[in-house]
Amino acid sequence: MATAPTEVKVTPEIAAEHGVTQEEYGRIQKILGRDPNITELGIFSVMWSEHCSYKSSKVHLKRLPTRGKLVVQGPGENAGVVDIGDGLVAAFKIESHNHPSYVEPFQGATTGVGGILRDIFTMGARPIAVMDSLRFGEITPSKTTNEEEAAKNRRILDGVVRGVGSYGNCFGVPTVGGEVAFEPCYAQNPLVNALALGIARKEEIFLAKAKGIGNPVIYVGAKTGRDGIHGASLLASAEFTEESQQKRPNVQVGDPFMEKLLLEACLEAMKTGAVVAIQDMGAAGLTCSTCEMASRGGTGIEIDLAKVPQRETGMTPYEIMLSESQERMLLVAEKGREQEVLAVFKKWGLDAMVVGDVTDGGLLVVKDHGKVAAQIPAHPLAEEGPIYNRPVAEPTPGKESERDWFPFSADGTDLTANFTKLLASPTIASKRWITEQYDSMVRTNTLAGPGASDAAVVRIKETKRALALATDGNGRWCQLNPKVGAMHAVAEAARNVATSGARPIAATNCLNFGSPEKPEVMWQFSQAIDGVGEACVALGTPITGGNVSFYNETLGKSIYPTPVIGILGLLEDATRVLKVGFRKAGDVILLLDGAGDSDGRQKTGAKAAQEFSSSEYSKTIAGIVAGEPPAIDLVAEKRLIDCMVALAEAGTIQSAHDISDGGLAVTLAESCFGASGLGAETKLNGAANAEYALFGESGARVVVSVSPEKLAAVWTTARQYGVGALEIGKVTGDNALRIEYKGHGVVSAQVPTLKDIWAYSLERHLKIQ
Amino acid sequence: MKFGVVVFPGSNCDHDAFHAIGHVLQKPVEFIWHQSEDLHHCDAIILPGGFSYGDYLRTGAIARFSPVMKSVEKFANDGGLVLGICNGFQILLEAGLLPGAMMRNAGLRFICKHVHIRVEETNTPFTCAAEKGEILTIPIAHSDGNYTCDEATLKDLEKHHQVLFRYTTPGGKDDAAGNPNGSTANIAGICNRARNVAGLMPHPERAVEEVLDSNDGLLIFRSMIEAVVNNTAKATA
Repeated sequence: MATAPTEVKVTPEIAAEHGVTQEEYGRIQKILGRDPNITELGIFSVMWSEHCSYKSSKVHLKRLPTRGKLVVQGPGENAGVVDIGDGLVAAFKIESHNHPSYVEPFQGATTGVGGILRDIFTMGARPIAVMDSLRFGEITPSKTTNEEEAAKNRRILDGVVRGVGSYGNCFGVPTVGGEVAFEPCYAQNPLVNALALGIARKEEIFLAKAKGIGNPVIYVGAKTGRDGIHGASLLASAEFTEESQQKRPNVQVGDPFMEKLLLEACLEAMKTGAVVAIQDMGAAGLTCSTCEMASRGGTGIEIDLAKVPQRETGMTPYEIMLSESQERMLLVAEKGREQEVLAVFKKWGLDAMVVGDVTDGGLLVVKDHGKVAAQIPAHPLAEEGPIYNRPVAEPTPGKESERDWFPFSADGTDLTANFTKLLASPTIASKRWITEQYDSMVRTNTLAGPGASDAAVVRIKETKRALALATDGNGRWCQLNPKVGAMHAVAEAARNVATSGARPIAATNCLNFGSPEKPEVMWQFSQAIDGVGEACVALGTPITGGNVSFYNETLGKSIYPTPVIGILGLLEDATRVLKVGFRKAGDVILLLDGAGDSDGRQKTGAKAAQEFSSSEYSKTIAGIVAGEPPAIDLVAEKRLIDCMVALAEAGTIQSAHDISDGGLAVTLAESCFGASGLGAETKLNGAANAEYALFGESGARVVVSVSPEKLAAVWTTARQYGVGALEIGKVTGDNALRIEYKGHGVVSAQVPTLKDIWAYSLERHLKIQ
Repeated sequence: MKFGVVVFPGSNCDHDAFHAIGHVLQKPVEFIWHQSEDLHHCDAIILPGGFSYGDYLRTGAIARFSPVMKSVEKFANDGGLVLGICNGFQILLEAGLLPGAMMRNAGLRFICKHVHIRVEETNTPFTCAAEKGEILTIPIAHSDGNYTCDEATLKDLEKHHQVLFRYTTPGGKDDAAGNPNGSTANIAGICNRARNVAGLMPHPERAVEEVLDSNDGLLIFRSMIEAVVNNTAKATA
């Protein structure tokens, strides 16, 4: 059967312009048994792009643990699904929208949020929370960043924050937290990773499998335009050059109002029982949704593009198939019941058109006014793309010695000035200015919004339970040691969830790396996968989905390898949420340490300097980024997690906050900021240098406050889990934070002064009053 | 006593109002679709928060033309209780059921946080269960909450005791420090001259349970219930 005549004759050169290699072109010819026409080439090029096909990451992703007794749906569907009891399931996933957010920060961020929300409600789940993990270049001038660059980074941040807010706020899902960090390497390649969480009844989960020969295929939502063509292939799957601003037309434009209508209409349509399968049109739009649904269902799909609602006239099949216009869905309905589905979309004022049907034989047939425009076997297109086991090479490490590492101050030095400087640093300072631009409360389920607890906590109204969510990822540590850094990302996210009182149950990951064509980047990637895998196994949090974002580089320079991990936790009793802030003067402050006796972990000499040189303090105070991330002890992390869950359940502690960026001192200060009038008086001892003790960032540690009468119970629980519980001081009512180390006062400051620095630094840096 | 919560395309606090009334206060409540002209014999109508029609033109400017608004207007003119929250307040302004208009927040950014508002009047169906001068902690979440009106209107509002809530500091001062969005005279909520239609930017439906950090919003819904019950009692007496 002949394909429709097209104006452009496809040559290997045209294929190369589509990012299709010669070898891949040969594969296309073999699958088709002929040369592709231009539309078919376009279809192959997007489906086989790095972004859609995972061709460079697949061989490594296999090593991730994806099974667990609560996992209902692992990677491969629109989102991961886990059982959360009471007949309910949680669907969640994180995805990147990095390149679009650099080219066009506002629209890049909005469509990032829109895309991940569609992935969730495509599964039949109503989105209940969104989180964003953001990385930007430095926003203040420094050794590495001049004022002009800093100003540009501030503009990118502003656009991204407005974009995230505008979409979630209008859509009506609370943006409950996330994290924001700053490193020079993200200046020309910011990271915008959006995570969404939804819930559904277990039996009402929808999958994207086109079943039932003859069933109608229905297009719903926004009309198709020329926007976003090649977003997945040319924007997301290539590194940036100086001409990247010209890629603005490749960025899609978001319409959160349309998405809100689409959400309500889709959930209502699903309730009719007439929907067989559904998939959103995200990356690679109509191409991806048709061939993936057919491939998963073991069927074919035939559509006629003349029936596709279009925003512009004169669009070619190539353009319609590759458009990444937002807020569109493709669904398969039960034959004979399509009117029930169409009626729901009509009620919500949305376009809904039967554009084709499910066929036998496994072919994706695209017609244009009845003439065949493309005809490709669906399964090979979706699943048999190229897979690369790319070369991996460990970069030769630069030789470091003690001279390159952080020079500790003499014991007894007053560290208050350095401490306040640390509290003001953008990565540590409060993100209040950002999170107040997000509606964090809509749907009235938010029990712990941004910053209130180490994880965001949302209740599930129809049950006693709540879900906790945290995202983490330290790119600097992964740059220094990708495997250990990746393990820390998992451990910290899990620890944050446990510190809110919830048991970590599952994970999602967003793997942000440079070009996979560089052996060193592939080495980082492979190491990070090993780290994520090992930590997820140890902590009992299988990976249920996520995405890989390669080509995060500009002019040949890669970002720090940045795996961002999102962990979902389950809190059996929603009233047991633990929050960061101290609550009452006279409460005892304990340092819980999963490694047991905390003194035994303190390093001294060169080892301490090497580890400390990777800390936020070393970077902020001395401008030194070197050494190694702190050693990680997953057994200790697990003990601490179990202990925190038990303490929350028993209701024996007043507050909890883990030790991470900025170390123990920052944790203590943030714990003082919760209620007005409170402070802390702490006395610490140990073999290490004071700076190491106060600002070191080794894991598996949490600071809790306990009423004196509950102290014995907490000690018993800690002992039971093999967790060290060292009494380090008391909550005071005098508004002051005092830290003594080995008998010397090393930090002494008024809490309101510290709080002002911490709470308002970000907007001062951003020069916004 | 039955409440109706109107659902416009883009409403997103409709479920929250429904939850506050139906589940927390255990009172009958129904959703009313914007295409409907039938108010289902409700005693009080709530226009909820959200982004009706995306708020792409001007907040509330399109929603006011929904078929349901004809019935709401008639209901209001007949003395029925109508409360507009956030986007609902904006719709009431556009519909001319309340005086004044909304501008972008003074900082030109969306703001979501708990704020403090002072109860200015208690002789209304929306505040009768509160104490005059009481400071409530209730969240705001909006981009366009900068209430504005001309001097004559402001004078009129003050003269007829139509300013129901003012933004204040935690200590109760209605100065610039207590004003989150630049609203004229720190106005957070007003009612009409007949006192049966009110609008406010803060979200009382988000402050109805201790676990949500405040339940001060209940006072407003309780006031409405009390007013309707007393009114019915009077009518039947």
